[in-house]
Amino acid sequence: MNISSSSMVEKAADATARAMPTSVVRRLRGLSDRAIAWVFIAPTIILLLAINIFPLIWAIYLSFTNYRANRPNAPVLNVGLGNYERVLNDPDIWQAMQTTAHFVFWTILLQTVIGFALAYLIDRKFRGHAFWTTLILIPMMLSPAVVGNFWRFLYEPQIGLFAYAVSLVTGIPTADIQMLGSVSLAPWAIIIVDTWMWTPYVMLICLAGLRSIPDYIYEAAEVDRASAWRQFWSITVPMALPFIMLAVLFRGIENFKMFDMVTLLTGGGPGSTTEVASITLKRAAFESWATGRASAFAIVLFVAVFGLANIYVKALNKVKQR
Amino acid sequence: MQKKSKALLGLASAFVMSSALPNLAKADQLTLCWAAWDPANALVELSKDFTAKTGTEMKFEFVPWTSYADRFLNELNSHGKLCDLIIGDSQWIGGSAENGHYVKLNDFFDKEGIKMDDFVPATVVGYSEWPKNTPNYWALPAMGDVVGWTYRKDWFERPELQKEFKEKYGRELAAPKTYDELKQIAEFFQKREIDGKTVYGASIYTERGSEGITMGVTNVLYDWGFQYDNPEKPYEMQGFVNSADAVKGLEFYKSLYDCCTPPGSSNVYMVESADAFKSGQVAMQMNFAFTWPGLYKDEKVGGDRIGFFPNPAEKKHFAQLGGQGISVVSYSDKKDAALQYIKWFAQPEVQAKWWQLGGYSCLKSVVNAPDFASSQPYAQAFLDSMAIVKDFWAEPSYATLLQDMQKRVHNYVVAGNGTAQEALDGLVKDWTEVFEDDGKI
Repeated sequence: MNISSSSMVEKAADATARAMPTSVVRRLRGLSDRAIAWVFIAPTIILLLAINIFPLIWAIYLSFTNYRANRPNAPVLNVGLGNYERVLNDPDIWQAMQTTAHFVFWTILLQTVIGFALAYLIDRKFRGHAFWTTLILIPMMLSPAVVGNFWRFLYEPQIGLFAYAVSLVTGIPTADIQMLGSVSLAPWAIIIVDTWMWTPYVMLICLAGLRSIPDYIYEAAEVDRASAWRQFWSITVPMALPFIMLAVLFRGIENFKMFDMVTLLTGGGPGSTTEVASITLKRAAFESWATGRASAFAIVLFVAVFGLANIYVKALNKVKQR
Repeated sequence: MQKKSKALLGLASAFVMSSALPNLAKADQLTLCWAAWDPANALVELSKDFTAKTGTEMKFEFVPWTSYADRFLNELNSHGKLCDLIIGDSQWIGGSAENGHYVKLNDFFDKEGIKMDDFVPATVVGYSEWPKNTPNYWALPAMGDVVGWTYRKDWFERPELQKEFKEKYGRELAAPKTYDELKQIAEFFQKREIDGKTVYGASIYTERGSEGITMGVTNVLYDWGFQYDNPEKPYEMQGFVNSADAVKGLEFYKSLYDCCTPPGSSNVYMVESADAFKSGQVAMQMNFAFTWPGLYKDEKVGGDRIGFFPNPAEKKHFAQLGGQGISVVSYSDKKDAALQYIKWFAQPEVQAKWWQLGGYSCLKSVVNAPDFASSQPYAQAFLDSMAIVKDFWAEPSYATLLQDMQKRVHNYVVAGNGTAQEALDGLVKDWTEVFEDDGKI
């Protein structure tokens, strides 16, 4: 610790001491820097343990039992790996995982491509670019409940604007454009809404990346007579890549948990076409009250997301170090 | 100094008074939990009489239907004290009785002279008893409800349509008595131009998220001979849930969905169905009877324009039971006051007023009164419907059983995956697993 920071700590300790009873003041004065640091950090650690770590450990314990939250008086039996075996052999859960993977893949792809393109355009600083930036950001600021209901009306085949617009372009009768009722269209209906809502978020992160590239690099490239295309692929993309990857990470984790939008738009239907993992988990935990099995499923999901995110972060670090 | 003491004393008294007053008010207050819908508003109106008579203030916690089960089952499972009284769905009875959420009412009924024989038998079985068909009562029948139909009487009465229909089908265009007749009428109206607007045959339940499509499908399957299990051997479902007749019933429901519903009907339940009818989109509408008073009052489709009919018959004649009983929550600190509310609610004159305000009384003295059938335009259809009710499983695991059925039938009817036979075979498999987990088979 250097002198200035040490004196700052002392000053802060004095100020705290002055506001406390004498006995506490004496005790505080006697504390080491490390002990004071612990005093400040402890509440956060306790909160973290209570809110995150304890429930996680509790869920791991429950995942080995037949516990049902709606039958607290029933005997709780240890079922070993039975819940995990059942989860991993359940075709419905595998279908939900596939559906989730489908959503995550397409939403990330579309949001990254469109988000980066928008950021690239906005970065040109044309006249009124601030206005357009604000306009693009609006969907992201809305509540998912509002967005879900809003788009449900837009998708309405008889009165919805979406069906009307598609009908105008393609000539297909509006009654046949059943975005939420068709097995083939319903997943895309959700992908479209999620992309509409969250592309601005990706755009913001990409914009930060683009603005972090120093102008002199482009000036040097100009001197070397590099074409605009060459500058884009050799300067813009590589230097913005860590930011793009960060956006992909955030959106990937978020979309893996996608729940509200699907519930509002299709409720998991038609059939189970849009039933993502979070909906299956919610149904098992809070509708069927199969708490033990739902805990096992949650742990499987946690391990999957944690493992994938870990691999991804390592890749991200490698890109940053280049 | 004396002044200061007095001022302090005054402040202290004011503090004690201010903190005591809410407690006094709280002791005289009961909270009743239910779904947010028209009958709940009628109950608020009705309960003013209870407050006037007893001085007990009534507080209401009403939750939209979409989160009704989630919200209140969570409350009960966590032994919450929010609700002193709850009007819980009929399927909750098994779980609530076995898990100790509701106060058993037998002794109270005996003491107060409340007789279950005074209520419509189907509502006692549906809303009060667990195990079913045993004299163990956990609720007082509160709101009778059943799936029935409304139709556009004004369209049906148009001479040109009557003529055309008779030429095509050889019978009058009137409220259908069988499902085959219903489908013919639905096909007749499908995509027809009426008053310059394209209209459709019928609105039926297809909702995926909660219980919608199950309530609609069972309503039809019962009439084809579907049974939950072997009447001789409980929980034996093979050949009953997936009987050849049940398969035909499910195929019929899908054919009705495919041929005769408005575009975008893939997630329809009570509100959406009522909206389709109110906006003049459909000739007929499947919906619970609680919607009827509101629809009758509707300026555009109500009055002389609307007709009501009970569920049509096919091989058999049943209708899906809705409705709820009122129970005292065992975690309440005010159980005695809550029981007093039930005692008051069970009185014949209160039940009569309940019906007048828009609630559906289950008391025989109300529904069997000579003027009941003519008391409202929908009263006869309600009476006829309540005479043929059948309910979904009321087992403690009903929610899992319901989810399984939602998934299987939605997959077939709306998503068009597989066959009806496969859907019902899959349902037998799912339900068998649930009862095996419960140790019932």
